[in-house]
Amino acid sequence: MSEPLLSVTNVGATYDNAILALSRVSLTVGAGEIVALLGANGAGKTTTLRAISNLLSAVHGQITGGHVTFDGRRTEKLGPAQLVAAGLAQVIEGRHCFPHLTVEENLIAGASALRIGRRQLAADVARIYGYFPQLRAKRRLPAALCSGGEQQMTAIGRALMARPRLLMLDEPTMGLAPLVAREIFHFLRALNRDENLSILVAEQNATLALRYADRAYVLEHGSVALAGASAEVRERDDVKHFYLGFEPRQRRQYSSLVSQVGT
Amino acid sequence: MSFFVDVLVGGLLSGVMYSLVALGFVLIYKTSGVLNFAQGAMVLFAALTFVSLTEHKLPFAVSLLVTLAIMVALGWLIERFVLKPLVNQSSITLFMATLGLSYVIEGAAQLLWGTEVHGLDLGIPDTPMQFGSVAISEFDLVAALIAATMVAALTLFFRTTRTGLAFRAVADDQLAAIAVGLRLSHVWAIAWALAGVVALVAGLLWGARLGVQFSLSTVVLKALPVLVLGGFDSIAGAIVGGLLIGAIEKSAEVYIGPFVGGGTEGWIAYVVALGFLLVRPAGLFGQRELVRA
Ligand SMILES: Nc1ncnc2c1ncn2[C@@H]1O[C@H](COP(=O)(O)OP(=O)(O)OP(=O)(O)O)[C@@H](O)[C@H]1O
Ligand SMILES: [Mg+2]
Repeated sequence: MSEPLLSVTNVGATYDNAILALSRVSLTVGAGEIVALLGANGAGKTTTLRAISNLLSAVHGQITGGHVTFDGRRTEKLGPAQLVAAGLAQVIEGRHCFPHLTVEENLIAGASALRIGRRQLAADVARIYGYFPQLRAKRRLPAALCSGGEQQMTAIGRALMARPRLLMLDEPTMGLAPLVAREIFHFLRALNRDENLSILVAEQNATLALRYADRAYVLEHGSVALAGASAEVRERDDVKHFYLGFEPRQRRQYSSLVSQVGT
Repeated sequence: MSFFVDVLVGGLLSGVMYSLVALGFVLIYKTSGVLNFAQGAMVLFAALTFVSLTEHKLPFAVSLLVTLAIMVALGWLIERFVLKPLVNQSSITLFMATLGLSYVIEGAAQLLWGTEVHGLDLGIPDTPMQFGSVAISEFDLVAALIAATMVAALTLFFRTTRTGLAFRAVADDQLAAIAVGLRLSHVWAIAWALAGVVALVAGLLWGARLGVQFSLSTVVLKALPVLVLGGFDSIAGAIVGGLLIGAIEKSAEVYIGPFVGGGTEGWIAYVVALGFLLVRPAGLFGQRELVRA
């Protein structure tokens, strides 16, 4: 197999030089793959994505070890803007649309790292409206006034404006109705298939993510606890504990608590 | 009635001058959350540089352009060497840095241009003109027009250019701005350069009014109540706040002054600002959370 598009090797990370968030995370995303990053709250999904896109320093975080290679280049010396320009775009956790900017202005802001002319910019915006026709109707509306689903589409559209080769998404279905959540994943898979876009997606909704991903990594306490093809991971019994955010021992405590209450 | 209108118009026009100073604060506060105490020193520095250049027999237009270039460079240098190294520091640290900076700039101005008071003549007569029954100083009118033009130009810049869009994006959400590949340091450098330009305009108008002297840097103190009223992050707020403070000051001088033995202009703006702070801390136009009803 050829070099993966993204490879993360033994990356460790802290916040405020004190709080250990990642100990030794290694993962790869091959060209044309959809890879899911699963794990309970606080497992380190967001931190892993931030470490890859060099956003940690913006949130008082540091990489303490290991390295990241994107498209054959080591990324530690690259700023977030350079990484975006190199083809690595991210939809950060919680969408973070620019609230006072209109939907269309949000999209345009997504092309900030590229040097493209106005004509090309307009064509790219039209392409996004092609993906999400309902955004076209809201183009003049401040993003903050859009529905949660529309904001997520705006955030994804904004990231796609950077013409990425690898798109990273942090919990794209958070707070969305099941139907909308499925639509988003459906869209991502179509994009992956039609435009050969590689995708790394962190998700709480493991059932949904595993249905669309080729492979998955399960994080636990800042390191990879399990990795494999989606079908395998789905079958693993112990994975269910990760989905629930319980460990077997804690679950026992929980059940004994229930039985105590019962008596 | 016509006397009241006279007072009001006079107040509004002098308020324009306050708006100008407040505007410089807003540009920087909006993009980086820094309350730039050095804005007053920049006003002084700009005015002093300009006068000194004209006194060295440089033509008006050349002096203006050179000062403009110096102010843009100063803004860029401040961003590069003071604020960039302090990125991710608390806002009180940044405020203290600008406080220190204001003394550095004043000191530099003193070293470069000396300490004496300079007269500044922009060639705009300060004669009253009659509009119906209301008399307006020509100088005030021109100052108001210049301020209005500048605000219109800034608004156009923010609404129609991609740099303006980057500016608003950074003001809205810094983390998202970094994530989409905007370079904060570029946007900040532009904000400081623009603040330098605003300082130049304010410095010329204030300097022509009061003479160019070191007390010019204390106009920052007048900008604070304006910002409290208008909101620290709103350009419209800086304008309306300035006009309001101007009108309130003039009216107080005429209608309250006689009962308290005069001297109201020294404190009335601060008292109003304090009262306002208790009722509406975000200011009239301060960024409200935009939420769906
Ligand atoms: N800005 C921060 N400052 C300090 N600690 C942080 C910060 N962000 C995350 N952490 C800590 O780092 C660890 C990993 O958090 P992270 O946000 O990466 O988890 P996550 O898997 O994304 O969780 P979630 O599913 O809740 O989003 C947690 O212990 C968390 O408390
Ligand atoms: Mg997270």
